[in-house]
Amino acid sequence: MLAPAEGGLLDLLESSQRPCVLLKVPRKHGKLTLLCDAKTDGSFLVHHFLSFYLKANCKVCFVALIQSFSHYNIVGQKLGVSLTTARERGQLVFLEGLKSSVDVFFRSQEEPHPLQFLREANTGNLQPLFEFVREALKPGDNAEAAWRCPVLLVDDLSVLLSLGVGAVAVLDFIHYCRATVCCELKGNIVTLVHDSGDAEDEENDVLLNGLSHQSHLILRAEGLATGFCRDVHGQLRILWRRPSQLTAQRDRSLTYQYKIQDKSVSFFAKGMSPAVL
Amino acid sequence: MPRPFHPEGAGQLSVTPSESVRRGAERELEMLESLLALGGLVLLRDSVEWEGRSLLKALIKKSAACGEQVHILGCEVSEEEFREGFDSHVNSRLVYHDLFRDPLNWSKTGEALPEGPLGALRAMCRRTNPGPVTIALDSLSWLLLHLPCTTLCQTLHALSHQDSCPGNSTPVEPVHVLGLLHEELHGPGPVGALSSLAQAEVTLSGAMGQASAHILYRRPRQRPTHQTQWFSILPDFSLDLQRGPPLELQRHADPHTPPTAGSTAPW
Repeated sequence: MLAPAEGGLLDLLESSQRPCVLLKVPRKHGKLTLLCDAKTDGSFLVHHFLSFYLKANCKVCFVALIQSFSHYNIVGQKLGVSLTTARERGQLVFLEGLKSSVDVFFRSQEEPHPLQFLREANTGNLQPLFEFVREALKPGDNAEAAWRCPVLLVDDLSVLLSLGVGAVAVLDFIHYCRATVCCELKGNIVTLVHDSGDAEDEENDVLLNGLSHQSHLILRAEGLATGFCRDVHGQLRILWRRPSQLTAQRDRSLTYQYKIQDKSVSFFAKGMSPAVL
Repeated sequence: MPRPFHPEGAGQLSVTPSESVRRGAERELEMLESLLALGGLVLLRDSVEWEGRSLLKALIKKSAACGEQVHILGCEVSEEEFREGFDSHVNSRLVYHDLFRDPLNWSKTGEALPEGPLGALRAMCRRTNPGPVTIALDSLSWLLLHLPCTTLCQTLHALSHQDSCPGNSTPVEPVHVLGLLHEELHGPGPVGALSSLAQAEVTLSGAMGQASAHILYRRPRQRPTHQTQWFSILPDFSLDLQRGPPLELQRHADPHTPPTAGSTAPW
């Protein structure tokens, strides 16, 4: 039985003796980490990874389709990072979907735009968005040599389905991002997808399962089956897939419960919340 | 769609360590050889929870060790990642057809396979070498998401029956086609269509952290037969076969043993 202990997300991943998929370990190719939430809000994981990679001096391309820049910046400041500063010094490339979506309609059609699909009656593919990501993370001149591995962060992919993009087109977009960011540039990708659960959303199921099969690590935040709890906000299931070192299957999956606080998230074994002990 | 699950009781025979190793090696030989013996399509059905690429690589290693050339249509992982874990002998027998880097020709650099996914698949039907060959499709799911199901099935049928093409004056060795399919991505129709083309189907599952393969054989002029094998795959992609399901599962499956009998309460 695990002793009750609070720890950050990174501590959890490292204490489970898995190779750190986030940083530090030199590797042949980067990793795709899939964040998933079901009956809860998993955006706290997005904020965690954003602040983590910025603090780690990585070059980050953030495709933010859900919230405004100021929202992420306010939360980022609580976690110890300034998105404004990071953007000004070239560490962060931020695509603000809410703002850019309006620009699409006031630009001439000849000019490529990453959210070009919004103008098209039959939404084809997300190649312009991929071109944007590739351009943002391509190795630059010597001034950018100070940055560590490139990272693509997407919040979130499910909204693309709501905007008319097909699940296969979204999978193709992530496929190309993997080929470029993970394999060619040895960087990482972190993306959030919602699990519609019982809603019988076939397109979202194809997207979620397709991404799951592409992922090296899946972090699934779930609401408690018993409903809202003041001291336990949900549980997090960690599933390692496609390990570079094949080990016993038994170590592949772990589940923790968590509580979101003002400036951090604490994790503990199931039933071992300090509030109930 | 419910996954088949067939726990089997463990054997009660006691054997010496050397005999146990010999029997284990024999069972590994039987499982992999029996899957490759039929020729035609072997369908590997995996899930997010129980991935099938490792078993695919174990079968590829077995084919290469038997002297076969192995052609891989790689759609989901890079060539570098796919070759990880194979020794130089195995890697020398692998021919990787890269559909991963630029499958839809977005880069326009000319590096993409010129005729796209369907062209690449059809090219494998045109064999010039009569020797034994294994074709691995990683994955059928990617192809099924990008090609019409009927087109894929027709091409697979042609691929699996190259040795029986009329007008072939030169006898050719049977073709082994290994196809990886991610079950959750497709409806029952396409999965059923692919299943009907397969001479053997392996459905991956497991319990208590231990993987199992439920194998359905469709041998010509025989009734379909089933087998369940518990296993784990070692870092060099050889199989470590287990006698049965994990001990914890067997204990709970015993109708004469109450689940709480003899257990220590945690508090």
